[in-house]
Amino acid sequence: MAILETQELTYTYSVGTPFEKTAVDHVSLKIEEGEMVGVMGHTGSGKSTLIQHFNGLLKPTSGKVLLEGKDIWADKEKIRDVRFKVGLVFQYPEYQIFEETVYKDIAFGPKNMGLDEAEIKRRVYETAHDIGLKEELLERSPFELSGGQKRRVAIAGVMAMEPKVLILDEPTAGLDPAGRDKILDHIRRYHERTKNTILIVSHSMEDIATFADKILVMSKAKLFCYDETVNVFARADEISDIGLDVPQITKVFGELRRRGLDFGKEVYTVGYARDLLLKHLKDREVR
Amino acid sequence: MLRDITIGQYFPGNSIIHRLDPRFKIVITLLYIIMLFSGGHYICLLIGAVYTFGAILLSGIPMKMFWKSVKPLLPFLLITATLNLLLMGTGEVIWQWKFLKITENGLNTSVFMVIRIVLLIMGSSLLTYTTSPITLTDAIERLLSPLRKIKFPVHELAMMMSIALRFIPTLIEETDKIMSAQKARGAEIDTGSFTTRAKNLISILVPLFISAFRRADELATAMECRCYHGGEGRTRLRQLKSAPRDYIALAITVLFLAGVIVIGKILD
Repeated sequence: MAILETQELTYTYSVGTPFEKTAVDHVSLKIEEGEMVGVMGHTGSGKSTLIQHFNGLLKPTSGKVLLEGKDIWADKEKIRDVRFKVGLVFQYPEYQIFEETVYKDIAFGPKNMGLDEAEIKRRVYETAHDIGLKEELLERSPFELSGGQKRRVAIAGVMAMEPKVLILDEPTAGLDPAGRDKILDHIRRYHERTKNTILIVSHSMEDIATFADKILVMSKAKLFCYDETVNVFARADEISDIGLDVPQITKVFGELRRRGLDFGKEVYTVGYARDLLLKHLKDREVR
Repeated sequence: MLRDITIGQYFPGNSIIHRLDPRFKIVITLLYIIMLFSGGHYICLLIGAVYTFGAILLSGIPMKMFWKSVKPLLPFLLITATLNLLLMGTGEVIWQWKFLKITENGLNTSVFMVIRIVLLIMGSSLLTYTTSPITLTDAIERLLSPLRKIKFPVHELAMMMSIALRFIPTLIEETDKIMSAQKARGAEIDTGSFTTRAKNLISILVPLFISAFRRADELATAMECRCYHGGEGRTRLRQLKSAPRDYIALAITVLFLAGVIVIGKILD
């Protein structure tokens, strides 16, 4: 059974005014448990609107969102439980920090869940460790931390609710390369430990290519495709047509193919490309 | 929810009302308000209503937008109307129940007040719907410029107003975002008991203030980078120019105002 499913999901903003706009148009998809999904799409393609439906922040104009096979809007009173099961980290989450200490800010979500002190403490320490925040930072004010650290505090705040599905909207936007790698690395480790489903919205194809099992592409409010990473990058030309970029290494191999060197398979990570090329050169030497 | 706020919302268009000189529009709106409040007869209100709806028709802005600007004030209107209705003790008694009584004067006053205020809101909304905030503050600056002689900081005031207006939508959007983010962490903002809601308000206000200060800081830096030094010797990209149509509009308004005053005097 899919952990998260949408059926003909449609969302229209400002119905009945001159500003009416359909942001998500009949999207049906199934996300299986434990998958690491990359979400791609242009600004205004509807991807942010789509992910806000997954935890019930937005209510579909028509269509359904199913969590573990149950319609999340079946009981309106229970929508808060959905938000604990599907954790959503917004863009630039560090701007939502408000508590006096890092510990309290991470504990905000778990506290809202009504957990007891001991459990909250366990979760705060565990997620702080997961995301790479040193314990001595927990009693500091979050406003004294660096940008990258603040970002990690905010992500930990959602992780501490131990959601079955974790959605991150551009978790690396505006960070330097070192900060970006660190965050992605910690998210990957968290994924390995918990085996939870993770969705990451990103503009960087390089990033998506390295971590995603599957890729979801939105274009002009519609689902363009949702498939295994290999299959998505095999459609490199179509993806370029809708204004998105493919990883640089995929472009290089596309060009090699045009010049007569075809490896048959789609190449989208640098490591894999290196192995392929080394093998190719070796084969040639032998001949 | 927050998206529906219409204060100062500009409704782009190219109607004759949109093209009027904003300075004239402000003066005309002031005259319009005087018109609504002079003359205490229903005929005078009728003339005011004709003027209002005529202008609305000319502007081509859908009636729904005006309903939207009146709607938030309805509870307030109803309360004042009821108070007026029940507490105005003079005149002929129409209806009585124990200590409550409705008199003819009371009825007239409350009906008058409701119509006047609704027209007032509609008329002033027309000004903000058809004039972009930036031109509006430009016009206010020009209209107030004589006060500069008595060292009144006209330019600074206008600049503050444009900045405030400019940032209303930004702050609304920001509030929306922060609310969503805290809701995603399970904060009860539009559900739950009063005390939990009040407590959770902190989780919205603190980030909102921080971001407002950050924006202010960034804006100040950006202004300094472009050598902003106040109004002295500043020229404008858009020069305000009056055209014959502005004088015609002003003349029509003055005629309406005079009509209302004269009719009011005759009927008294």
